Amino acid sequence: MLNADSADSAGSEVTAADDLRRQVRGFLEAHEAAQTDRLEFLRARFDAGLAWMHYPAGLGGQGLPRSLQPVVDEQFAAAGAPTNRPERNAIGLGMAAPTILAFGTPEQKERWLRPLWTGEEVWCQLFSEPGAGSDLAGLATRAVRDGDEWTVNGQKVWTSSAHIAQRAILVARTDPSLPKHQGLTYFSVDMKAAGVEVRPLRQATGEAEFNEVFLTDVRIPDADRIGEVGQGWAVSNATLMNERVSIGGGAAPRESGSIGQAARTWREHPELRTPGLHERILRLWTETEVARLAGVRLRQQLAAGQPGPEGSAAKLVFAKLNQDVTEFEVELAGPDGLRYADWSMRRPDGANYFNRDAGYRFVRSKGNSIEGGTSEILRNIIAERVLGLPLEPRVDKDVPWKDLPR
Amino acid sequence: MSPATQTQTQSRHPAPPAGAAAGAAAPNLLYTEEETALRQAVRSLLEDQAGWRDVLARSESDQTYDAGLWQKLAQQVGCAGLLVPEDAGGAGASYREAAVVAEELGRSAAAVPFLGSAVVATAALLSVGDELLAEVASGAVTAALAVPFATAPGVRPAPTVRIDGPAPGDAAGTYRLTGTVTGIADALPADVLLVPADGVPYGLYAIRADEAGVTAAPVTSLDMTRQLCDLTLEGVPARQVAAGEAARQAVETAVAAGAGILASEQLGIAERCLEMTVTYVKERRQFARVVGSFQAIKHRLADLYVTVVQARAVARYAAECLAAGSPDTPVAIALAKATCSDVALKAAQETIQLHGGIGFTWEHPAHLYLKRAKADSIGFGTADAHRGSLAVLADLPPAGAEGA
Repeated sequence: MLNADSADSAGSEVTAADDLRRQVRGFLEAHEAAQTDRLEFLRARFDAGLAWMHYPAGLGGQGLPRSLQPVVDEQFAAAGAPTNRPERNAIGLGMAAPTILAFGTPEQKERWLRPLWTGEEVWCQLFSEPGAGSDLAGLATRAVRDGDEWTVNGQKVWTSSAHIAQRAILVARTDPSLPKHQGLTYFSVDMKAAGVEVRPLRQATGEAEFNEVFLTDVRIPDADRIGEVGQGWAVSNATLMNERVSIGGGAAPRESGSIGQAARTWREHPELRTPGLHERILRLWTETEVARLAGVRLRQQLAAGQPGPEGSAAKLVFAKLNQDVTEFEVELAGPDGLRYADWSMRRPDGANYFNRDAGYRFVRSKGNSIEGGTSEILRNIIAERVLGLPLEPRVDKDVPWKDLPR
Repeated sequence: MSPATQTQTQSRHPAPPAGAAAGAAAPNLLYTEEETALRQAVRSLLEDQAGWRDVLARSESDQTYDAGLWQKLAQQVGCAGLLVPEDAGGAGASYREAAVVAEELGRSAAAVPFLGSAVVATAALLSVGDELLAEVASGAVTAALAVPFATAPGVRPAPTVRIDGPAPGDAAGTYRLTGTVTGIADALPADVLLVPADGVPYGLYAIRADEAGVTAAPVTSLDMTRQLCDLTLEGVPARQVAAGEAARQAVETAVAAGAGILASEQLGIAERCLEMTVTYVKERRQFARVVGSFQAIKHRLADLYVTVVQARAVARYAAECLAAGSPDTPVAIALAKATCSDVALKAAQETIQLHGGIGFTWEHPAHLYLKRAKADSIGFGTADAHRGSLAVLADLPPAGAEGA
């Protein structure tokens, strides 16, 4: 029966795909890619409902399954059409947009989604704070209501893209007298507003992928609040849920990533091999390939509509393996492992693992078990939500936030 | 209609789910509906007839293999002939289904010769298309390949059985075998033994276990739920099943299949151990708390869960490669056996530790899984041996070897 159903839905997807191809052809006839201004082209594509196919009509999409997106993207790419440079706006596209779609007012969706999709407005995420890492709900940035506006003061940290962003999503504390989860509210902020100061945050690798953002008496119109006052935790969770969904991606081939670099070095440099290192590379190669297969299986589960709890396991494994493999790489390099390409302060576009030396990968990988959920928090999540073990004792759940020890 | 019969009438290699098309040729690592139905049939039989107290009691009896249970599993559920095509008298299923049965047998540690007869011996017979196939597939005959359980794929066991010429009065085509093979799994309940023997010609020979001159001496085994035996042959009349390269190929294929499916058995062990332990730490109280509320315990079990997720993906991959005859099968088997050996053993050890004192008693199933897991980790190649074979398969040569 399952086969019959999937054959039906596959059939209707084929029809929808043909229809979309016709639409894109028509669009490209009316807006010749080479002759049209880049932004004009992208805005027109959004207005034609050919931007993100799973978004509703009128907001750049047609309410179609996500699986049809490649049909459209491939045809635009083949025509040499300009892209919206999604790599520059990962937070905007992957996290801010779905949150706006779920919780924004019609006016907010109208105002923000088009420039977000075209890339005119890059978004960043003002969530983590120096005093609120794993315990995000304990955050201290204050937003105080003042008529039709809010005044915001606080400090955010580990903010990707803040230095190129026009807008941000922000969670701030609006009622310190309530327990921590209840006193939060979610906003959108103009990053060019007075009182927003972005400073590079230099990391252990020497460069600064991230930023610190200082908010001093920043005025936010109440019209830019997303969701109800006090609903900030629920809205933030929706955002973070999207972070987990967007981690997916396509199945990488065997020997992609750090293990591929290590294996190439191993093959090209017989003089570096020792019996102990041989044992280690066989182990690491095996573990990496098995983790890759687990990723393939996870995607098949998601595609078959059986979202398994295995997703939480994937990041835990990736972080540990990447650390183990890169540590191995530096040791394999021998005397060259003592050299490092460049400690100078720079602003890269993001983590670039693969045109860099092993030393960089070794140092950068230490962030893998911290960013996007520490390995300790992930183990709690697996133990509690997957295995059903008792929750950690929560001494801060029912106490007004202002009375918590800090 | 039994689930095994259903597998005959439905597609043999179900397509991956719609939408998984990222790699059109991506191997299906999930369980199909037919596989799930087969699992349920096997599990309900095992829960009914091979609870851990039954398994423990049998391991201390004279008949360590459960012949009655094996007959039901083989004939009623149809597990004996999963690998054999319908036109050869089998169920026309594949290694994917065999792997699911192995998972269930790992969960119960039941003493039946499924691995030895329906997987290893059957793979050898399939490789040469032997006449015994139909009887083995129906469950009427139980067969075993006479190689040490510790044999790893690609490693030819040292010749310990030699061929003597036909004795006076023997029919044409009769050979006589003399020698010993030690530490064979699933041979005690076998009716027919497939014996690799050296000489001219090197070959694979079939002998009846009840023939004069055959001694199958039970071994007190680390894993008494799969009791080994030492086989001694003194001029035993034998029929040649295959000779030369075909015989070598049959033995190699059979051992590789054994290793690949054993990985799924190990997955079953690990999964059962994890479940049992999670259940226990939710009930057991110390310091007025359930012990499962301590973070030290939660994190250990989370880590164990993660390894089981990895083991499932790679065990499924090995089963799928075996079923599809993929060129990546040797890599898949090495990955699966290396990984699942460690995972099952780790799970069994954690089961004992996290149960505390009760887990170290005889009257608790934990030691059955510990012994099964440790024996399985040696059976058909240790994790180390399988990682070692990846040195060649993945082109990661050892120190002292020149690059490719």
